[in-house]
Amino acid sequence: MLVWILFLLCQVGAPALAQDLCQRDAPNGYKVRISLKTALGEDAYEWNQSEMFFFQATMAFAMRRHFQMETYNVDNIILCVQTSRVSFWFVVTSPDNTTMLIPKADVEKAVRMSRHRINNAFLLSDRTLEFLGIYPTLAAPVNPDTPPWLIVFGVVIGAVCAGIIALLVSSLLQKRRKEKGMTEDGQDEEDMQVKGVENGINLDGTYNRGFTDDDRFTKL
Amino acid sequence: MPEEGMEDNKEGEERPKWNNKAEYLLTCIGFAVGLGNVWRFPYLCQIYGGGAFLIPYLIALVFQGLPLLYLELAIGQRLRMGSIGVWNSISPYLGGVGVASMLVSFCVSLFYNTIVAWVLWYLFNSFQEPLPWSQCPLNHNNTGYVEECVESTPVNYFWYRQTLNITPNMETSGSLQWWLVVSLATAWSIVYICFVRGIKTIGKAVYVTATFPYLVLTIFLVRALTLPGAYEGLIYLFTPDWEILKNPQVWLDAATQIFFSLSVAFGGLISFSSYNSQKNNCEKDAVLVGVINSATSIYASIPIFAILGFKAHTNYVTCLNGNILALTNEFDISDMNITVENYEQWFDSLNGTHPSRVSDLKLKTCDLQTFLDQSASGTGLAFIVFTEAVISMPGSQVWAVLFFIMLFSLGLSSMFGNLEGILTPLHDLKLVPKWMPNELFTAIICLLLFLMALIFCLGSGNYWLEIFNSYVGSVPFLIIAFFEIIAVAYIYGIGRFSDDLEFMTGHRPNIFWKVCWLVISPLMLFVVLVAYVAVQAQTPPTYAAWNPDYVNFPNTEVLPYPDWVFAICVLLSSVPVISIPLVAIYRLICCMSGRHSKDSLHNNPNPYANEDYVVELLL
Repeated sequence: MLVWILFLLCQVGAPALAQDLCQRDAPNGYKVRISLKTALGEDAYEWNQSEMFFFQATMAFAMRRHFQMETYNVDNIILCVQTSRVSFWFVVTSPDNTTMLIPKADVEKAVRMSRHRINNAFLLSDRTLEFLGIYPTLAAPVNPDTPPWLIVFGVVIGAVCAGIIALLVSSLLQKRRKEKGMTEDGQDEEDMQVKGVENGINLDGTYNRGFTDDDRFTKL
Repeated sequence: MPEEGMEDNKEGEERPKWNNKAEYLLTCIGFAVGLGNVWRFPYLCQIYGGGAFLIPYLIALVFQGLPLLYLELAIGQRLRMGSIGVWNSISPYLGGVGVASMLVSFCVSLFYNTIVAWVLWYLFNSFQEPLPWSQCPLNHNNTGYVEECVESTPVNYFWYRQTLNITPNMETSGSLQWWLVVSLATAWSIVYICFVRGIKTIGKAVYVTATFPYLVLTIFLVRALTLPGAYEGLIYLFTPDWEILKNPQVWLDAATQIFFSLSVAFGGLISFSSYNSQKNNCEKDAVLVGVINSATSIYASIPIFAILGFKAHTNYVTCLNGNILALTNEFDISDMNITVENYEQWFDSLNGTHPSRVSDLKLKTCDLQTFLDQSASGTGLAFIVFTEAVISMPGSQVWAVLFFIMLFSLGLSSMFGNLEGILTPLHDLKLVPKWMPNELFTAIICLLLFLMALIFCLGSGNYWLEIFNSYVGSVPFLIIAFFEIIAVAYIYGIGRFSDDLEFMTGHRPNIFWKVCWLVISPLMLFVVLVAYVAVQAQTPPTYAAWNPDYVNFPNTEVLPYPDWVFAICVLLSSVPVISIPLVAIYRLICCMSGRHSKDSLHNNPNPYANEDYVVELLL
């Protein structure tokens, strides 16, 4: 009889005790905030008791993983103050003594260690599954060995330098060809003038330079 | 270059010629259409009552812009020399106008190509995923984001810190930023490669640089009109506010905008038209260039403002979403129950039931109009506002690359005119030694400009660039243009000028042009000059400094110019134009001393005068 009464008391008292342990602003508890519609939009699943059970299981897994103790179970994660946000508070009790809470710092370490797994379990991210008080570690920036802009600059400056050299070389070659051509032409012209060949007609006599018309255009 | 076809000018030298008319027109259009058409005109349109601004703008174009343009193209084409040679020919006393043009072109080339270098830097950085100005970098122990970035915005941080590495004030010069030096070297190399063979290579380059911006603007137009918020942006831009026309500042800004936009008084247009054959209809060219320049400004403002409307809309939605999240978290309302549409109702009901809790949240007031009012012009528009808008567009890299290539083409084609305004006068003054090939001379000038422009790559470089932009790129041009028009209309003589125009175009200029050259344009220029100087004198010489330690950071700190800087500002405004009176005085002195010598025959040999037959009348 006494045993039966004690058993009944335990059954009633345990949840009551659990309720005392888990409450809003519990010193060793964390508030969790979940934004399903923001994360998943149309594919958002409904948050019900089964999902809460899943959360308890995930947290138990996180505690097992961190402390490497196989004794954490779903009952060790106590949830309360659930709202339609969806948000709730949770505390973690020790597997050896259900009245003793695991300190906040240890819970934080466990959550940080398995954060990625917890997020993926619910198809959420650091932003949509928030543990208020546990800040997500920032993603390390991708630092390539050569900054990409340097590569683009290299390509551009290489093309421009190649173009400049090509143009300068071709200008130089053109000038050389022009000079060669002109010296040959000049000599021919002079010879023709001296020999008295004008307009292809062979004139008799020698060319008198005194009457050469040097100024093609009269300058006014 | 004998195979390209030569024409002799008065000195009997070979003057290069344009391959075809299209190259000449595209070069002039490219010179006139520059960065200002994209980032200055839309801003003016916005602050001066949208569609109403077009009235003073078009009036200024017709009565001031087109006559000046026609004048410059005509004298260049007729006298077939660069700016110094042309003004020496018109009147030796006004040779200083050409020198002033050249000096001003020199100073403008310095800072203009630095802006092109900044555009190149952003272009190089646009080939990354994600864009570097879309997120803050982490601080050195990876615990959080860099504080300066968090307090301002990632876009501001990228511009002021990672690009300029700006110092808190002008006295601190900082050091040379190597990445900016590299970009500047690239910019000058590209300018040099286009100038290597003078107008031959420029003529080829402008087929791309002058037409590409129009292609990009059209692409942006199509894209921007499909973005949310574009419609609001366009309405905001074009809604006319007729009351604004009563403000004289509007008329002043319209006149200065047209003037600086057409790039007259640089000497570049004179140089370009001097390579034409004399029998070219420069009247049609001038009207075409002027009208296309203004049309481009108006056309460019449409996609710019559609995108700014989109940006304002995005900022508005972000602001509202921040408030929604705060309310949702505070009152544990179901996720996504409060939306942008029903925010007002939720806010009113929550504020009614729990006013103290709502006020504790310190929600921001989100007003679309405030976001639309956040306008910017100049580098602020391109490097801060537009880059922020581009992040929110899907496929940001493509839009960023297109945008910066467009800005690069606009800047490069304007640089052609700037540099031409320096090189051609130097050639005409015969300052180039005979043994030096043109390519080497151009290279030396480009190298010299690059080395001098390194001051803009210092930490305080942006502050110096603003000074150059405000003091060199404004008043000297107005003064030069005023002297240009007085010189041609009154000293050269409108009759002689009309004869030249008849020779070139086949008909005398009609009454409109004559009235403009004689009365309207000089008057308008004089009024604009006086008003501009008066307004500048009234505004205290201050600058906006980016100081992370400032109390009101991220607002910029308004600091006064140090005295030595202000002295430099005054020098920059006055030294280019001081050559006008200096040369006049020098020529006057020479002329006076010339008259005192024995015969005038030595100064002005007349080949037909034979002294032996002069009968001296002794009365």
